[in-house]
Amino acid sequence: MLDLLQRLGRAALGFFRRLGRGNLFLLQTLASMPGMLLRPGLVVRQMWSVGVLTLVIIVVSALFVGMVMGLQGYNTLVDFGAEESLGILVALSLVRELGPVVTALLFAGRAGSALTAEIGLMKATEQLSGMEMMAVDPVQRVIAPRFLAAFLAMPLLAAIFSAVGVFGGYLVGVGLLGVDDGAFWSQMQGKVDFYDDILNGIIKSIVFGFVAGWIALYEGYDAVPTAEGVSQATTRTVVHSALVVLGLDFVLTALMFGG
Amino acid sequence: MNTRTVEIGVGLFVAAGCAALFVLAMQVSNLTTLGSSGGYRLTANFENIGGLKVRSPVTVSGVRVGRVESINYDLHTFQAVVTMNIEDRYKGFPEDTSASIFTAGLLGEQYVALEPGGSMTSLTDGGHIQLTQSALVLEQLIGQFLYSMAGKKPDGGTANHVENQTLGQPEPAPAPQPGQ
Amino acid sequence: MAEPIIQIRDLRFARGSRMIFDGIDIDILPGTVTAIMGPSGTGKTTLLKLIGGQLHPLSGSIRVQDEEVPALSRSALYRLRKRIGMLFQTGALLTDLSVFENVAYPIREHTKLPEELIRDLVLMKLEAVGLRGAAGLMPAELSGGMARRVALARAIALDPMMVLYDEPFTGQDPISMGVLVKLIRELNRALGMTSVVVSHDVRETSAIADYVYLLSDGKVMDHGKPDDLWGAKTEWTRQFLNGLPDGPVAFHYPAPPFREDLLGGAGR
Repeated sequence: MLDLLQRLGRAALGFFRRLGRGNLFLLQTLASMPGMLLRPGLVVRQMWSVGVLTLVIIVVSALFVGMVMGLQGYNTLVDFGAEESLGILVALSLVRELGPVVTALLFAGRAGSALTAEIGLMKATEQLSGMEMMAVDPVQRVIAPRFLAAFLAMPLLAAIFSAVGVFGGYLVGVGLLGVDDGAFWSQMQGKVDFYDDILNGIIKSIVFGFVAGWIALYEGYDAVPTAEGVSQATTRTVVHSALVVLGLDFVLTALMFGG
Repeated sequence: MNTRTVEIGVGLFVAAGCAALFVLAMQVSNLTTLGSSGGYRLTANFENIGGLKVRSPVTVSGVRVGRVESINYDLHTFQAVVTMNIEDRYKGFPEDTSASIFTAGLLGEQYVALEPGGSMTSLTDGGHIQLTQSALVLEQLIGQFLYSMAGKKPDGGTANHVENQTLGQPEPAPAPQPGQ
Repeated sequence: MAEPIIQIRDLRFARGSRMIFDGIDIDILPGTVTAIMGPSGTGKTTLLKLIGGQLHPLSGSIRVQDEEVPALSRSALYRLRKRIGMLFQTGALLTDLSVFENVAYPIREHTKLPEELIRDLVLMKLEAVGLRGAAGLMPAELSGGMARRVALARAIALDPMMVLYDEPFTGQDPISMGVLVKLIRELNRALGMTSVVVSHDVRETSAIADYVYLLSDGKVMDHGKPDDLWGAKTEWTRQFLNGLPDGPVAFHYPAPPFREDLLGGAGR
């Protein structure tokens, strides 16, 4: 019994310790932000690997998600004779929720895990240590550009996801199932508010980008410098990012749309 | 991956993201109708605004001519005061125009419908619409129906106690009478 | 007697519950090649990290060029590190940069020299380690020995006053080892540096060292000039230097008597 309590206690302390280290790491990263203005080249390079290379999975997923929503939404609405509201259904679902959240989850899976593996490997091969000994701050040179890139890329990816998703819904709803073209767009435009829906969605994706980037980079930076340690860190990134994004989504939704 | 390719790629990516945002704003949302400053204001008092919200549409003959700008409550007249913003190109409603609150479709979004009267003088900025019809509240409607049905019962008034308790005050403004 | 460039007094360092260093004293004189040797796991790499300020001791003093390293501020520590070069066991080259870019890295980070000058400097350093022709290769295309030489070129890129070598000979074939031995000795002389070599390769290291420290169990077991140590009387020193399998460091891991273990099994 005592042994169990001991282990629980140690796990709890370990959790808080990691949380504390993670926060210190975040502060260090944020402190390096102003320095990034002097080295935009580093950020651009990271935006390529974090943003552009994630684009493919985002666009393909968005297309399919939009198309499925068009299909399912139509099937449900047609029972109420309300199939003209399909545009509203697709647009609001995407812009408010699916766009930011699914993008964040896909981002964590593709870009986040890649970041963790990269940083973890640099730690395992002593590259970070080497940089320190060369009097170069690895947080500033390696971590901060990647963080800024994640933070900037996420809202763009979420916007692209929403736009492509709406287009997917249009393809299925209007193209395949015969919903009226004009009604699809006009009803949507009537109900989707730029400030309340689209901007809120963008704010959500910015927050998710911040959090997903932080988790991915911290797990890599804190990984045990062995092959097994890096692989465990990569798994942790995906799991923790998913949980935190979904939890934050609830909080943000309650704040923004709770009314 | 040489630097030039990377820079071009990132530039395209950022442009695509901004374009997506632009498309969302223009095509998907109601941004084009926002920010239309100007327009003139009219006010109207209602006993009950029902589910009317700020930014609900104001229509004439089914055409949207403006939006509800604000909803307040007047403690002197004990009525709701609805301020509407009408687009500038729809000037010149007669002074005896009436305003009613109707429900659009089954899902219940409520709007203000104006019906022009016949007066020679027009409403201007800050004008007040006198004739109003409040929103239909479902419970009152049912209550009135039951009340009138009970009143018509051949065996005299075994009036339903429940209906007396749940009814609000009978409306001073004319409400459509079922039956009769 | 010249003033020691590195002065370590009564250093104590622990990792978890294990005491890695339990009060060691080391003096390293300028212009010399000093070897720090000992069995695996005695924390020799840890010692280099302590000198470089990456780790903080429990107690004791580490003075480099008369500055107390653990007490240095962040910027002062970075200033010190610019004057020290470190060669890691794996080379620790940045994998996404070419050989040329790797050597140029510290120059680009810490100076504002024009590109032509940087190019000349990099080529000179690569020439010194014999790899000028490999300037365009990526680290993944290099053999282990070549990677270490590139890392050495990078370590001396800013003409440091001191270079720390972390197990430079481990896992090298005889030729690469010979190359590295030659480089360490000659660079030290040519650039007027001080070198600290951490290794357990007894023969190679004592061939180039001016002075040797032997560490074990968190203490300095012995120290002196290589010739003095080879003729030492202490049992431990003799076992280590000669690579004898049994002696003060026992062959058998502590265990109950063999007969008991064999006969006392389940079912008795």
